[in-house]
Amino acid sequence: MTSHTQTATAPRDQLTEGEVVLTVTGLDVDIRTPKGVLRAVNNVSFEARAGRTLALLGESGCGKSMTAKAVAGLLDPVADVTGGTVVLNGTDLAALTPKQRLKYAGPELGIVFQDALTALNPVYTVGTQLGEAFRIHQGLSKKAAKVKAIELMRHVGIPQPESRVDSFPHQFSGGMRQRILIAMAVALGPRLLIADEPTTALDVTVQAQIMKLLRDLRTESHMAVVLITHDLALVAEEADTVAVMYAGNVVETGPVREVFGSPKHPYTRGLLDSVPADVGRGADLKSIAGSPPELHRIPEGCVYQSRCPLVQDVCRAIRPALEPEGTNRTVACHFSASSDTKELDNV
Amino acid sequence: MLTFLRRRIVSSALPLLVVVLGVFALARLTGNPASLYLPLNATEQMRADFTEKNGLDNPIWVQMADYFGGVLRLDFGESLRTGESAAAMALRAFPATLQLAGTTMLLAVVLAVIVGSWAALKPNGIADRISSFISMAAASVPDFWLAIMGIWVFAISLGWLPTSGVGGLTAWVLPILTLLLRPFGVLVQIVRGAMVSSLSEPYIKLARSKGASEFRVVTRHALRNAAAPALTVAGDLAVGLVNGAVVVESIFGWPGIGKLMIDSILQRDFAVLQAAVLLTAISIFILNILIDLGYAGLDARVRPNGKRPKSSKAASVAEPKERKVHVQTTP
Repeated sequence: MTSHTQTATAPRDQLTEGEVVLTVTGLDVDIRTPKGVLRAVNNVSFEARAGRTLALLGESGCGKSMTAKAVAGLLDPVADVTGGTVVLNGTDLAALTPKQRLKYAGPELGIVFQDALTALNPVYTVGTQLGEAFRIHQGLSKKAAKVKAIELMRHVGIPQPESRVDSFPHQFSGGMRQRILIAMAVALGPRLLIADEPTTALDVTVQAQIMKLLRDLRTESHMAVVLITHDLALVAEEADTVAVMYAGNVVETGPVREVFGSPKHPYTRGLLDSVPADVGRGADLKSIAGSPPELHRIPEGCVYQSRCPLVQDVCRAIRPALEPEGTNRTVACHFSASSDTKELDNV
Repeated sequence: MLTFLRRRIVSSALPLLVVVLGVFALARLTGNPASLYLPLNATEQMRADFTEKNGLDNPIWVQMADYFGGVLRLDFGESLRTGESAAAMALRAFPATLQLAGTTMLLAVVLAVIVGSWAALKPNGIADRISSFISMAAASVPDFWLAIMGIWVFAISLGWLPTSGVGGLTAWVLPILTLLLRPFGVLVQIVRGAMVSSLSEPYIKLARSKGASEFRVVTRHALRNAAAPALTVAGDLAVGLVNGAVVVESIFGWPGIGKLMIDSILQRDFAVLQAAVLLTAISIFILNILIDLGYAGLDARVRPNGKRPKSSKAASVAEPKERKVHVQTTP
C-alpha cells in the first residue's frame, strides 16, 4: 500500500468498530435438481461485525459458498432462498426484488471470488472493469472512472497503475489479478466484504500478501469481513469469530480462540484433530472416518450422526438446535458438554 | 499489422491461382462458343475463323499462358457477347451483390443476436424452445424452394411484391428473405450456445456483484465474449451467401455477380466468367482477413502484442477515446 487515496474506499458514514453490520437468521437455500429439491443451506444464522472477520469454515460442499452467494444475491438460477432474513445495515436483503438489490451490490456489499484466474472478463482492460462500479453507481464518465481505477490499483498495491490500467487480465499474475478483484470489491467502500476462498488459487507467499491486503483494507474502513474457507490455519490467523458448517448447517459458532481452544461439537473437534501437529514422521494422519452425507440423503436428526463417535438414539431422531453455550458461543449437539472430554481421542 | 497483411496476401495468391485455373479448364469443358455465337447454318470455315480469332484453337496451356499474361497486365479479356471488358462487367455487377448480401448479413446478425441472446437467458425456457424450432426450420429450408414459394404466394397470388427486378424497396423483400433464413437460423443457434456458456462464466457473476443490470450483463459482458464464435460462423455464412446469390439472383433477376456468372456460363462467355469468379474469390479472401482483424478487435488475447489494435471496428465502437492514448504506447 503505497499512497493512501481514502476517497476510493471511505464509506459515507464511518462504521463503529464492533457494531453489527450483517445479521443472517434462519437462512434456507434450496437447489432445484432433476432428482428433486435439495436443501443446500439449512437454517443458517450468523452475525458479522464492523472491523471484524467472521470465518465460515467447512469442507467442500458444506454450503458455505452457497451461503455467501445467497447473502450477496448471486445464487445460480437453480438455487433459491426459501427462508430466513439477511439484514445488512438495517435492510432485509432477502425481501428486496432483484432490481432493488442491484443498488446494494457494490456500495454496501462487496464480494471477492474464489477463482482469481478466471473471474475477470478477458475482453476488457482491467481499467474498464475497475471503473465499471463507478460508472454504474455514480454515473461517472469513462475518463473519471479511469482515474478512479488508477487510484484503486495504487491502493491495492499494483505497481505502475497509470500504464497497467490499460492492460488486459491475462497480462497479470494470479496474485495481481486477485488484488484487482479485491480492488473491485472495495471500490465503493462497502460495509460488508465477503471473501470466498480468496487465496485458494494462489501460491503460499502470495496468499500471505493477499490476506495482509484484506486485513489492511478492513482496518482502514472498518468494514465487516466474512471469510469463507476450509483452511483451519487461515481461520486461526485471520478471523475473530468462526461459524463451523457441516452439510448445510451451522454446527458451532464462537470466538476463534475459544472454539479452536476447546471445541464443543464433535465435528469441530474432528477437524482440529486432523491437523497434523506434534506428530512425528511416519505417524498416521488422523482424519474423520466416513464422508459427509449427500444433499439428497441428509438424515433426520443430527446431520453429523453417521460420522459421530458420540452418536446415540436421540441423535438419530432429533436434530439438535444451535443452543447458546457459555456467553458468546453456540453449538448444535445433544452432547456438547461431553464432547470436550477425552472420549473423542480414542476415535 | 502490415506483416500480417503481407503474409495473408502472399498466402492467398496460390489458392486464387488454383481457383482461376479450375474455372478456366471447367468452362472449356462446356463446349466451343462458336456453336452458340454463329448461326446454325454457319460453314466450317466460319467456325474455324471464329475459333482462331478468339484463340480457342490453341492448346489449353497456351490459352492459359495467354490469359495469365493478360491478367498480369490487368487485362482480363473481353466478353464474347458484347465485346466489353470482362473486368468492367464483373465490377459493374458486383455492387448489386454486395448490397444484397451485405443487407442480408446485417439483418441476419442483428436478428440472430437478439433472438439467440433472448433464448440463452433461460435455457430450455419457452423462448428458447420457440427460437430453437424457428431457427432449425429456417436453417433447413432450401433457398430455391423458398424463392419459388415466395414468388408464388407474395408476387403471383397476393400480388404484394414484384416477381423480380430491382425497382424500389419492395423488390428487395423476397431476395433478402430468401437469402436471410439460413444464416439467421444457423446464427441463432451459434449465438444461443455461445451466450449460454458465456453467461455461466465467473466474470458474469463478477459483473453482477458490481450491481450491473441484467441488460448490461448481457450486452456488455456476455455478448462481447460470445461474439468470437459467432463471427467465425458469420464469416462462413457470408461466403455461403455468395453461392446463394447465384440461385437467388437468377430467380429474381437481380443484376449481381451471381447472375452474371450463370449468364456467362450459359453463353460460354469465358472471359467474363473467369473475371466474375476471380472477383468473388478475392472478395472472400478479403472477408477472411476482415474476420481475423475482427477477432483481434474483440479479444486482446489473439492480438500479436496483446495490446489494443491500431484500427479495428469492433474495439473502436466500444472505446473510441481511450484508444488514441494507447496508440502512442504501442510499439
